[in-house]
Amino acid sequence: MPEKSFEVFPRSPKKTYGLMELVKGTSSSVEKEPEDTIFSWPHLFYIEFLVVLGVTALLLFLSLYVQAPLEEEASRDTTPNPMKAPWYFLGLQELLVFFDPWIAGVGIPVLIIIGLMLIPFLDINSKGKGYYTFSERKFAISSYSFGMALWFVFIVIGVWFRGLDWNWYWPWENGHMHKPVVAGLGDLPVMLSRVLGISAFAGNAIADLLMLAYFAIGLIIPAYLFKDFLKKLGLFRYIATMSLFLMMVGIPIKVALRLVFSIKYAIITPWFKI
Amino acid sequence: MSNLWKKISDGFTSSPVYKAIFRHGYDDTPRTRALTTFSNVLYHLHPVKTRRESIKIRYTWCMGGTSLLLFAILTVTGVLLMFYYVPDARRAYNDIKDIMTVVSFGPTFRNVHRLAAHGMVFTVWVHMTRVFLTGAYKPPREFNWIVGVLLLALTLLLSWTGYLLPWDQLALWAITVGTKMAAATPLFGVEGPFGAQLGMRPDNDVKFMLLGGTEVGQNALLRFYVLHCVVLPLLVVVFLAVHFWRVRKDGFSGPL
Repeated sequence: MPEKSFEVFPRSPKKTYGLMELVKGTSSSVEKEPEDTIFSWPHLFYIEFLVVLGVTALLLFLSLYVQAPLEEEASRDTTPNPMKAPWYFLGLQELLVFFDPWIAGVGIPVLIIIGLMLIPFLDINSKGKGYYTFSERKFAISSYSFGMALWFVFIVIGVWFRGLDWNWYWPWENGHMHKPVVAGLGDLPVMLSRVLGISAFAGNAIADLLMLAYFAIGLIIPAYLFKDFLKKLGLFRYIATMSLFLMMVGIPIKVALRLVFSIKYAIITPWFKI
Repeated sequence: MSNLWKKISDGFTSSPVYKAIFRHGYDDTPRTRALTTFSNVLYHLHPVKTRRESIKIRYTWCMGGTSLLLFAILTVTGVLLMFYYVPDARRAYNDIKDIMTVVSFGPTFRNVHRLAAHGMVFTVWVHMTRVFLTGAYKPPREFNWIVGVLLLALTLLLSWTGYLLPWDQLALWAITVGTKMAAATPLFGVEGPFGAQLGMRPDNDVKFMLLGGTEVGQNALLRFYVLHCVVLPLLVVVFLAVHFWRVRKDGFSGPL
């Protein structure tokens, strides 16, 4: 008895296309049910259309009530106090309190950009692709959220809590009254040499060693505590990840050193200070 | 009534003009739905069929698309503002005053331009966070994440260069603060580490290049204007093209 044949895709006179051949191959849709997908027209486009309408309407509506500011004409004769950068850069300007301009204005932004670009190459965890999850990628999500939170906390401080002479002003304080100048910031190497009764050179050396120790301990201890983490990443990736992480955490540490111990610089070299 | 409507719409969609523009009819078939997407230059950025999961608003929050929309709105309002604004330090401020007082719909376009710019900085940020949280930067989309980071940097630079153009006190001193940092660039700035040792002076370092002078003046205004209206938008368009092309070509090995 001859084998019964039937058409998988019945021919239709309306079609101008047809199934020519079935070939084996991989595509992003392999092993996916056809029910996974729906036509972009209209299901996706109507959402986009509504968003376009909504956002445009919102902007037009807001433009009636939120006037773009225009102060007096630019003049070198009067310097505003404080001078503030646009809000999205105020986090960096706030860091000027705690770091020299080359770190706050150039070093940190460049490191942020490079660090962000490196994320796909440092995070080799293949889980958590295409859905929201915390439990499957705790370290990645905590670090990113920490950095993001830091960025926005500094912006909020810069926008709402900094007044005359870049001093801290609570919203209920008189913003037109200058605050007394607070003296007494010191440098860690000088403090060390004074407290320990050693020479300035030795104080400098200890301060440098402390900085080195921060990075060394930060690299070694997690390597012992989370052996799997190091093994999965490999040495090079581990060092790159942890160095970026330690630099990020170093920012609030430096802020704390300044606020708690009145330390201006942690290390001093003839060329730069940190 | 519905019969009449059907007659009108059928007559419209079968007319030679409609056929010339859209190249296909409008009968309710899967074929039309597919053709609508891939025979239209704007729609063909999308696949003909999209995964049900990736369309959900709670997955994307529409932030990438909103960023593109805001960029388009900024282009349109920006071009309109360019008709009334001359980057000449002697009249720039007065041009803005004119826009805000005597130009028809001038305040609307300037306000929308400003709000959309702030909004775009914000939506690009949220888009990046969303992409991070859903792990959408993971292979095979590593390169597109890099392009995205560049687009974020370009968005910030676009917003920042536009900040100087009103030529008021806010603008002048905000840019003064920002470009002071440029002088502190290691190696290339006069006040940065190793800058002076490498022969940097206030009149040849990276800040001088940015401002066309030692302080924010006419040259800086013109440079920021050209960067804001021509150079940076062109760069954004190029990177956007790569961004959209790659998001389709790279595919996605997640459940999407």
